[in-house]
Amino acid sequence: MAVTRDDVAHIAGLARLAISDDRMTELAEQLNAILGHMEVLQQVDTRHVETTAQEGNEALPLRPDAGPRFAMHRRLDEMAPEMRDGFFLVPRLATHEDTSDAS
Amino acid sequence: MTGLTAVDAVTASFARMEAVRAGADGLNCVLWSDRERSLAEARAVDARAERAPLAGYPVAVKDNIATLDLPTTCASRILEGYVSPYEATVVSRLRAAGSVVLCKTNCDEFAMGSSNENSAYGPVRNPIDTRRVPGGSSGGSAAAVAAGIARIALGSETGGSVRQPAAFCGVVGVKPTYGRVSRFGLVAFASSLDQVGVLGRTVDDAALGMEVIAGRDPYDSTSADRPVPGYRDGAARSMRGVTIGRPVEYFPTSLDPRVTALCDRALDALRAQGAQVRDISLPHTDLAIPVYYIIAPAEASSNLARFDGVRYGLRVTGDDGLRAMYERTRSRGFGPEVTRRVLLGTYVLSAGYYDAYYKKAQEVRACITDDFRRAFASGVDVIFTPTTPTPAFELGATSDPYEMYLNDIFTCTGNLAGVPAMSIPVGRVDGLPIGGQLITRHFDESGMFAAAYALERALGEEAHR
Repeated sequence: MAVTRDDVAHIAGLARLAISDDRMTELAEQLNAILGHMEVLQQVDTRHVETTAQEGNEALPLRPDAGPRFAMHRRLDEMAPEMRDGFFLVPRLATHEDTSDAS
Repeated sequence: MTGLTAVDAVTASFARMEAVRAGADGLNCVLWSDRERSLAEARAVDARAERAPLAGYPVAVKDNIATLDLPTTCASRILEGYVSPYEATVVSRLRAAGSVVLCKTNCDEFAMGSSNENSAYGPVRNPIDTRRVPGGSSGGSAAAVAAGIARIALGSETGGSVRQPAAFCGVVGVKPTYGRVSRFGLVAFASSLDQVGVLGRTVDDAALGMEVIAGRDPYDSTSADRPVPGYRDGAARSMRGVTIGRPVEYFPTSLDPRVTALCDRALDALRAQGAQVRDISLPHTDLAIPVYYIIAPAEASSNLARFDGVRYGLRVTGDDGLRAMYERTRSRGFGPEVTRRVLLGTYVLSAGYYDAYYKKAQEVRACITDDFRRAFASGVDVIFTPTTPTPAFELGATSDPYEMYLNDIFTCTGNLAGVPAMSIPVGRVDGLPIGGQLITRHFDESGMFAAAYALERALGEEAHR
């Protein structure tokens, strides 16, 4: 399951990371080296194993969707790069550029 | 601490912080501090009518744990200058118990690393030998305790990030059971593994800190609703009737014989106190690193998706739309190791690879958990291992990512299984500290502390020679 430069470009897109061309090859090599060490897992017989994210303890209880409220000591607009009227402002979607040009 | 006021303790801590900060060999363990604010808190503690359990205890807090009055940056450019609008429950509990927060400590970026060389603010140096790393990712917290800045420090654990630096710096480091301590205000890395831990110079300081921070928190639904026993009661418990398991997989023939000898000396000391010691097997140990480095990056790739330049933290814009803003912000904000792990995690979760990597890793993780369950069911009360295969290595010694990951080989099993584990000093090799690791059943921190008190008492000064 070798990772190619194209794979790195694909997963970088999924992860919203811009990877420069000169780093692409190095990262593909590193991911291949790391994943090479993971191959050993394929030899383990796990046909009868049941999994949960964390088992053997009580740390995954169900609770109502609404948790308790907690105090916010700072306003959102003190932290956000850009806000207006209680909304976060972001750059326009590239696909909307044509519409805005027309208006 | 009799006679010493909180103001005295905090003043001394800041003097120590300044002394070890200066010069080319400066430890670089502190990222953010505010002396006047800490002194004001200390005066308020001294003015309290009742003496609080941690009165006069200056504490250091890892920079991925939220504090209201100091930045919380996770040692990352993407959170540069970020100050949290709420405080972590563990910090609030420490303050309520009378301790004063001194500083936020340097760490590997987003707690990803085993040497503290991945910080955006430069590496931390080991106080025992400043040419060497303090371990990671809670390297700043371990160094702050070892250097005498803080009596207690908070760190966080995902694969050994408290125990490994504790071992490298010659201090005590505790990772509680998954669910024992609230994670409200801990910046998430890998949510099925993360826990807040405590570092201290002595077992008693670590036990005291853990007593204060442990227990149910309504703000964290993964915190267990169980009473917290008095961990300091362990100081008086006998080792008679306690069975200690020595897992053969943690003592391979390739292990430095001096590390093996120090661990066996520690086991002899526990035996002399009445414990029985026997060899056991945890057969899936060798698979822990591959499992861990699939699960942790997978969960990290999801958790770190929130850093996108929209609501807080860094934003890098151009004139080419929203997606380019996301990509530019994240690429500029994340360092090389975080980028590598986000890519690795995205890959193992992506279509076509999920079953081969992520699902398989979860299944083998269940086998690792079962190893511990079987060992404890066979009558073993405490498992004893080395914390790390080697002492602290030199800065810049390891450039291969996977070789660095192998540092977690003896610690990440505890996170995968969710059991409590701690490191305590057991001696030195070439003048560098070696840690011994104690592991017990889920929620049996009491048994773990009792064994740690016994070991500390038995080894005495030998633990630091």
